[in-house]
Amino acid sequence: MMMGKSLYEKVFERHAVRRLPSGQWQLLMGLQLLHEVTSPQAFAALRERGWGVMFPHRNVATVDHIIPTDNQSRPLADPLAEEMFVALSENTRDFGITFLTPDTGKQGVVHIVGPELGLTQPGMTICCGDSHTATHGAFGALAFGIGTSQVRDVLATGTLAMDRLKVRRIEVNGALRPGVYAKDVILFIIQRLGVKGGVGHVYEYAGEVFDRMSMEERMTVCNMSIEGGARCGYVNPDQTTYDYLRGREFAPPEGAWDRAVAYWDSIRSDPDTAYDDVVVFDAAEIEPIVTWGITPGQSIGVSQSVPDITEFPESERPMIQEALDYMALPPAHPIQGTKIDVAFIGSCTNGRISDFEEVVKFIQARGAKVAPGVRALIVPGSQPVAREMIERGWDRVFTEAGFEFREAGCSMCLAMNPDKLRGREICASSSNRNFKGRQGSPSGRTLLMSPVMVAAAAVAGEVVDAREYFQIA
Amino acid sequence: MDAKRVRITGRGIAVRGNDIDTDRIIPARFLRCVTFDGIGEHAFEDDRRSLAEKGEIHPFDEPHFQGAQVLLVNKNFGCGSSREHAPQSLMRWGDGIRAIVGESFAEIFFGNCVALGIPCLRVSEADAQRLQSACEAKPGTEFTVDVEARTVSWEGGSVPTEIADGPRQAFLEGKWDTTLELMAAKDEIRAAAAELPYFDDWR
Repeated sequence: MMMGKSLYEKVFERHAVRRLPSGQWQLLMGLQLLHEVTSPQAFAALRERGWGVMFPHRNVATVDHIIPTDNQSRPLADPLAEEMFVALSENTRDFGITFLTPDTGKQGVVHIVGPELGLTQPGMTICCGDSHTATHGAFGALAFGIGTSQVRDVLATGTLAMDRLKVRRIEVNGALRPGVYAKDVILFIIQRLGVKGGVGHVYEYAGEVFDRMSMEERMTVCNMSIEGGARCGYVNPDQTTYDYLRGREFAPPEGAWDRAVAYWDSIRSDPDTAYDDVVVFDAAEIEPIVTWGITPGQSIGVSQSVPDITEFPESERPMIQEALDYMALPPAHPIQGTKIDVAFIGSCTNGRISDFEEVVKFIQARGAKVAPGVRALIVPGSQPVAREMIERGWDRVFTEAGFEFREAGCSMCLAMNPDKLRGREICASSSNRNFKGRQGSPSGRTLLMSPVMVAAAAVAGEVVDAREYFQIA
Repeated sequence: MDAKRVRITGRGIAVRGNDIDTDRIIPARFLRCVTFDGIGEHAFEDDRRSLAEKGEIHPFDEPHFQGAQVLLVNKNFGCGSSREHAPQSLMRWGDGIRAIVGESFAEIFFGNCVALGIPCLRVSEADAQRLQSACEAKPGTEFTVDVEARTVSWEGGSVPTEIADGPRQAFLEGKWDTTLELMAAKDEIRAAAAELPYFDDWR
C-alpha cells in the first residue's frame, strides 16, 4: 500500500537536485532572504573566489538587526552599523539583488517583510542566515535558518547540502480560552516538548487551533520552532493562506493565480501521511505563559509559581540553579507581582499589525497608562506595519498611554542596535529568546510572554494575568 | 592546511553545562562586523566576565587551558541563533578550537561547524563527564579525536563517539567545504529550477 506524503516530503522532493556523495541532498532554494549581519562574509567569499550569484532574482535583502529604531538617518550613529549597511548596499548593487532599504518604504524585520510583500509562498524552500526563518513555514514553505557558509553556497549555486529530517505532527485541538494567544501556544509546546525536543525534526502544526488561526498567528508559532529545537516548522496552506497572499506585490499575478493554487494544494500533506511522531494537545489546557528562566522552555502558566529546585531531578539541578541564580526571582513564589523595568512589544515573533491591534484594544478600553518608572517600547516589525499603525492613529494611542512608538527594526530582541537593557533590568518581552544577556545587558533579564501580557505588565508595572487585568472574557 | 579531518590531536578544554547558546558563545554586540577577524577574543566574553566578577575563572581564561584545541561540552551545545559567528569565534580563539566533543549539538550549530571543518562528535553523558574530569584534573592533557575510528582517546582511556555518516565522510575526504561540490551540478540545478512553477515568478 502506498502511504501518503507530508508537505515536508513533497516539497523536499520537488527541490532535490541530486544526492551528494556524502549522502546528503542538494536542495534547491526558492528564495533566500539576506540581511546585514550574516551576509557580508558570504559576499566577501564570493568576491575572493571570483564567483557570481547564480539566481539574483531569488534573493532579496533588507536591513533589520543593526538599524536604530529612533533615528534611521544616514550615516547611522554607530559606525560599525553604518559599515554593515554600506557593505550590504554595495553587495546587493554589485550582484544585482533587490535591497529593501528604509528609502523604499518596505524595510523591516526580514521575517515580517517576506510574507508582507508576498515573497513567501507555499511550496517554496526558503532560507536566511537567521534561525527564525522557520516563520515562513506558516505558509506551508520549508524555511530554514542557515549559517554564513551556507549563505555563500546559496548565493553561488542556489542550493544547499541538507539532510532529510523526521516529521513530527503537533496537533492542538479544541478552542483556546480567551486571553490565550498564538505566543502562548508555542511557548506551551516548547515547555512540553523541551528546547531540544525538536532536534532532527520538522514540526507540522495542525489541528483545530491552527486551522482557525490567522496567518499572522501562524507566523508567531512557526517563528519559535527553533526554540523547541526544530529547524523548521510549518502549517499546511489553506484558504486563509491564499486569501492573505492574493494581491500582494510579489504574489502570483491574477493570470497565474489558479496555477499557483493548484501547485499549493498539491503539496499539502496527504491525509494518510505516516508521520515519524504525532503529539496531541488540548487547547483548553493552555493558559497565558511567562518564562522564568534562561531558555524558552523554562516557563510556567501565569497563575503558577517560579519553581523550586527540589521539583527537578538531580541531573537537571545544576542548570536550573544557574537559571534561578541569574534571574534572581524568588523560588516557589507566584510569577505574578514580579516588578518589571522595561516592556518591549515587537520582533519577528510579535511585531505585526494584529499583535498591536490586540494591545490597542485593551489600552483604549481601559484608558491605561504605562506605570511610572517603566520604559515601554512599541516597535513595528516593518515600515508598512508602522504606516498602517499611524493611519489608524495607534501611534498617538500608544504615545498618549506613555509608550515610545519607534521605527521598524529588530530593536530590543537582540542587542545589536541601541535598544538594550541596562544592568540587571527585567524586561517583559514579546520577543523569542530569554537567553542570558540576550537583550543587551550581560546581566539583563527577559520574561517572554504574549504582547497583551507585556502590555498588561507595562501598565501594572509588574507581571499580572492580563485576563484579569484587562477583563478579557 | 589539508582539508581532510581524519584525526585531530590537541589539548582539551572543558566548558560544562547544557543548552549553552550562541549568545553566550559570542555575545551579539560583537557581531557588528563585516569580517570574522578578531572575533575569537570575545568567545564566551560575558560568561568569562561574570565569573571574574565573582572571583571565579572561566576555562577560556585559565592560563593552563590556553592553546587548547579540543572543546569538551555537554548537551544541546550551540542552541539559539544560526549565526556562524559562534563557531567562527571558537575557531579563532587562541590557537583555534579544531574539534568539539559533547553529549549533543544544536542542529544549525552542528551544520555550521561542518561547513567550517570542525568535527562535532557525540558521546554518552557518562563519557562526557569522564572526558571533562580528565581534562580538568590534568590540564594540558591531549585528546585525539579520531573521526575515522569514531573515538576520542587520551592517556587515560578511549571512548566511542557518534557522528553521522554524511559529515564523517565529508571530513575524511576533505569535502566539508561544500560549495565546489554543489557547483559541480550547475546543469542539474538549472533543470530543477525550470521544473518549479514559481521559480521564474510564475511566468
